[in-house]
Amino acid sequence: MSEETVVLGHGSGGLLTRDFIKQEIVTRFGDGPLAELPDGARLPACRPDLVFTCDSYVVSPLIFPGGNIGDLAVHGTVNDIAVSGGDPRWLSVGLILEEGLPLATVRTVLDSIAQSADACGVTVATGDTKVVVRGQCDGMYINTAGIGEALEGFELSARRVKPGDRILASGFLGDHGIAVMAVRKGIAIHGAPASDTAPVHNLVRAIGECAPQVRFMRDPTRGGLAAVLSEVVAGQAFGLEVDEANLPFSPGARAVAELLGLDLLHVASEGRMIAICAPEAAPEILSKWRALPEGAGAVDIGRAGEHDKGRVVLATTIGGRRLVGLPSGELLPRIC
Amino acid sequence: MKYIDGFRDPDAAAYLTRRLQAAAARMSRPMHLMEVCGTHTMAIARSGLRQLMPPSIELLSGPGCPVCVTPAGYLNAALALARQGFIIATFGDMVRVPAASGSLEAARAAGAAVEVCYSPENALHLARAHPDRQVVFLAVGFETTIAPIITTILSARQNGIENYSLLCAFKRIPPALSALVADPEVSIDAFICPPHVSAIIGSQAFQPFVADGLPCVVAGFEPLDILYAVTTLAELLQAGRSELINQYERVVRPGGNKRALALFERLLTPIDAEWRGLGAIPDSGYGLVRDAARYDAGERFGLTVGPGLDPSGCRCGDVLKGKLRPDRCPLFGRVCTPIEPAGPCMVSSEGTCSAYFKYVQ
Repeated sequence: MSEETVVLGHGSGGLLTRDFIKQEIVTRFGDGPLAELPDGARLPACRPDLVFTCDSYVVSPLIFPGGNIGDLAVHGTVNDIAVSGGDPRWLSVGLILEEGLPLATVRTVLDSIAQSADACGVTVATGDTKVVVRGQCDGMYINTAGIGEALEGFELSARRVKPGDRILASGFLGDHGIAVMAVRKGIAIHGAPASDTAPVHNLVRAIGECAPQVRFMRDPTRGGLAAVLSEVVAGQAFGLEVDEANLPFSPGARAVAELLGLDLLHVASEGRMIAICAPEAAPEILSKWRALPEGAGAVDIGRAGEHDKGRVVLATTIGGRRLVGLPSGELLPRIC
Repeated sequence: MKYIDGFRDPDAAAYLTRRLQAAAARMSRPMHLMEVCGTHTMAIARSGLRQLMPPSIELLSGPGCPVCVTPAGYLNAALALARQGFIIATFGDMVRVPAASGSLEAARAAGAAVEVCYSPENALHLARAHPDRQVVFLAVGFETTIAPIITTILSARQNGIENYSLLCAFKRIPPALSALVADPEVSIDAFICPPHVSAIIGSQAFQPFVADGLPCVVAGFEPLDILYAVTTLAELLQAGRSELINQYERVVRPGGNKRALALFERLLTPIDAEWRGLGAIPDSGYGLVRDAARYDAGERFGLTVGPGLDPSGCRCGDVLKGKLRPDRCPLFGRVCTPIEPAGPCMVSSEGTCSAYFKYVQ
């Protein structure tokens, strides 16, 4: 290929995204808080008590079963702060609107932003609105930034993971990606899931007492659980093993994924979190999560081990083992 | 959910695995079982089935990936048409396959009209929508895919669609398996037969192999379907019995799909065909009958499709014969990855190299 161009896979959360970030972003900006590519950055030089993040939302369609681009933007930003060990407090909201978009749609989305921000206890502190000529964006895009206060006791890094640590998931994985995909492809399946878009900050708050035993937290968005675990394990002296039999997938998501030939390990959630913790803390974290409605389906899905260093392996229900990798192409563009 | 969990049940898997171990322990020599179908290859890798195999059982991946066995020359012909302004309609797998003269993906980026279709019917819609252009569908496939593709000929005839034709690379599975069995470089003791091909041609089509002493099981795509097939074949081999067993009765009938076969009879005629890796095999392809020749793009536009040159160093040919494990190809994972594939077996979602890269490595 003579002239390099951006392809959809660059935004997939898979191999191309990883390589793009490594080659184009980290090389230019990687000597500060960005080096470890956290969802939310600590700002050690000036305000170590703050967590800072930003995100953009281009989901299509704007309104989908279970939510819309507005609550998705609030939850996504809140969750990035939460899994970085922060208590979300302030948001910025930048709207990019396409000429001709019905104002009723804009109002619906803004109402959702207001309601979900309120529910999460965050304040929309600043914002911006731009309108572009018809055809120059698809309806509406939203860009956000978020600031949170660092919670005490969390010291999160993939490098702290040790063999023996447990991998925990807060509930069904992949419902958001499947819900958006099903509505976009016009698949009307009885029992297809609604999006799981929701905040996870209460799940993080709930395990504050266990904070020192928590090694790593992440919300499995683009690229799904596979992308999160692949990121944790890259270049490390341990491997991660996931039990297929314990993976929390909703019946509806499984049915749609089978029909479309998707691997749910690669599909995005927008209201779930993954934590890797010391083995002795796992039962307490699970019981604290299960006491909350958003953590009712929390399960232990696997472990870190000394074998398969630098790799993620799935122990299948039939007793086999296989590699879990990053998706190489674009599975679901514009999922969030 | 019984169609997912029922066919992935751990207890049933443990039971079958014990039977498999027992049969394997009594074998006098290592046995080679070929899974013919590319979707089986993918399912085996994805479920980690290979690790359950006793040392005396080796699973060989066969030539059952249509894109993979289509020779480079065919792609060169398709690219030539694309560059001359034809609308090329194709299944998605073909788009990224590299040839010496480029790929359809690169041709599309350079402005050629390459349209991905989920069904051959989509190609007819394209022809209807562009009456002033010629639409050529890349008719690549085995018996399973041939059936829906040739129904578009009937539709085109019925609706008077003149600007539609097929660039045919239809392939027949049984003659290819005969060629593999006869190949002294390849050692096969039994076949796990391709389920969707069997749905069309019927499980009886594999009886000749059974008669020659190679037991055959037609199996579904779920992990337990395949494990059952392997266990059954191991037990048959150990007992020295050759039998034909249709495990996939929920889809496959002994005589196949009568309507599809009647259509084959009406529109197709067996021809010699060129397979990547396997070479030219007598009667292993289908061409269109004279009466349907106007829908044959080769005939209509005077194209000759040669074998073509495989990409340098690519050993897809040996992989397709079950002679080489993908990870033993010098290009695998280094210069040949799903992002920059050197050969078709790394591109296709049914390709053996792709299955290894994703799930085994």
